[in-house]
Amino acid sequence: MSLAEPAALPVAAAVPPRLHIVARFSARFKVSLPAYLLLLPSLVFLALFTYGAMGRVLIDALYQRATPKAPLRFVGLDNIAAVLTDPAFTGAVVNNLIYAVGTAIPSIGLALLFALALARTNFVTSALRAALFLPVLIPMVAASALFLFIFLPNVGLLDYYIGRLLPVVPNWLGDPDIALYAIMIITIWKNAGYYMLFFLAGLQSVPEDVMEAAHLDGAGPLMRLRYIILPELKPTFLFVTVIAILNAVTQVDHVFVMTKGGPSNATNLVLFYIYQQAVEHYDIGKASAATLLTLAALMALTALSFRTMANREGGA
Amino acid sequence: MKLIDALYKDVPLATRNEITPKLGFALTILLALAWLIPFLWMGVATLRPASDGINLMAELMPSLKPTLDNIRDAWEIGDFPRYFLNTTIICTGILLVQFVTITLAGFAFARLEFAGKSLIFYLFLMQLMLVPVLLIVPNLRIIAQFGLYDTLAGVMMPFFASAFGTFLMRQAFEAIPTELEDAALIDGASLFQRIRHIYVPLSIPSFSAFAIISVTSHWNDFLWPLMVINSPDKRPLTVGLSVFTATAEGTQAWGTIAAGTLMVIAPLLITFLVFQKRFISSFVTSGIK
Repeated sequence: MSLAEPAALPVAAAVPPRLHIVARFSARFKVSLPAYLLLLPSLVFLALFTYGAMGRVLIDALYQRATPKAPLRFVGLDNIAAVLTDPAFTGAVVNNLIYAVGTAIPSIGLALLFALALARTNFVTSALRAALFLPVLIPMVAASALFLFIFLPNVGLLDYYIGRLLPVVPNWLGDPDIALYAIMIITIWKNAGYYMLFFLAGLQSVPEDVMEAAHLDGAGPLMRLRYIILPELKPTFLFVTVIAILNAVTQVDHVFVMTKGGPSNATNLVLFYIYQQAVEHYDIGKASAATLLTLAALMALTALSFRTMANREGGA
Repeated sequence: MKLIDALYKDVPLATRNEITPKLGFALTILLALAWLIPFLWMGVATLRPASDGINLMAELMPSLKPTLDNIRDAWEIGDFPRYFLNTTIICTGILLVQFVTITLAGFAFARLEFAGKSLIFYLFLMQLMLVPVLLIVPNLRIIAQFGLYDTLAGVMMPFFASAFGTFLMRQAFEAIPTELEDAALIDGASLFQRIRHIYVPLSIPSFSAFAIISVTSHWNDFLWPLMVINSPDKRPLTVGLSVFTATAEGTQAWGTIAAGTLMVIAPLLITFLVFQKRFISSFVTSGIK
């Protein structure tokens, strides 16, 4: 018995299966090839502008220039630290949180009211649905142009009809304490009709016979809403909340047109901050670091919402 | 009373006399009217002559001497025909390329088995959350590297692949009976012929739903074209309108702003009013764009 013999055995035994795996793999690849070719055009663009872009952000966030003309150098987490200690960024995050809560809750509440009131289809409800849906269609920039006049001090629509009833006429967009809320009104006006559609779709799954049975048991309209309709709409609520939060992060066109983040950063939101860093200050490092932080927050939200959805399905 | 009876004729008799739903309905009517006020003002202000002065600008009662001067001014100050053309090119270009990419990818997911299917599926799924507008900074760098800065192609490119469209087409293709394809297979039709002559013609409703969502969202895009486009003659409508508004705001020309806004949103509003049902059902499927 030489030492070589026992070692030779396993090697000899291992070679054929490995060849076998390669052959199987290439056979599978051959079978899969048509599918890969069909997916290729989409994958190229996904690779460039979604995953490539994410890689790009990761790398760009690690580099910085000392002066605008200086060469790039590796700075590690300095950009992230610089963003996190920038009062403009933390201010934008706080604004964005207020903005997200302050737009999501009223627009979802209104959407539910609209859907409940307009669940039946006839000519009146169709017309009302269309009226509530119109703002969804128009560009945020166009909505901003209209609301610029609505909020105009003294001669604007709001002051002309309502402002004169108030003791002091507020400067809707010029007062740092009010401007963010004025911006929120536009978002609520624009999005409530969109969320209404999902509630209208969700309401169709509320069983009519259960509603009737509840009525026979003496449940009034509010009781039926509380114990039958709302539980049935839970998945719709979750879904619409996720969209509303996404919108709160991604819709900043009106900030650009109406306030440019002012007065004194009172309406600055995270995406507008990113835009400012990249376009106005040419600071790609900081813009990338802020993008990275926003992406991380959104992905955490996604994971959370998927988990909640999975739990709910598992529980039910 | 007759009108109310007509509205409530399909409500179960037992609950027809409840008050709370009627209060909710009344509140909704009031709010729907309030929702229309900005549009109403836009129409009234567009037709109001400048001679009415700034103090009557907010008046919602139409002027007795309507004029088209504001529309003419807006048309002359802003380069709207050019903006229209640019937006049309952008929306059509994106849509045409998307039709190809989503048809092919949707077919692969619906009908083919391949290694790594679920992994690739998740790669697509993730795109739904990684909204392109968040990636404006890196995407601008990529577009610049391709030499597409300040071009319409640069505005279009990040949207050429659409996860939402792919899922929509996958769903549509899965609903088509395989017997149809088998018959074509026996007749010797190639893969592309089967997609072209069986799957695509039977999925037109899904294509049109996707077209509505895609065109409306890119018609309304602002921040991304604002970053990519530098030359005034390549601006899309939204960017053009924002520049126009900033200029006219300085001179307090609110009638002109109203007219400009009206021109920008009129095409979408008219299309919506004509194809209302189709728009609404498409937006319901859109969920996350």
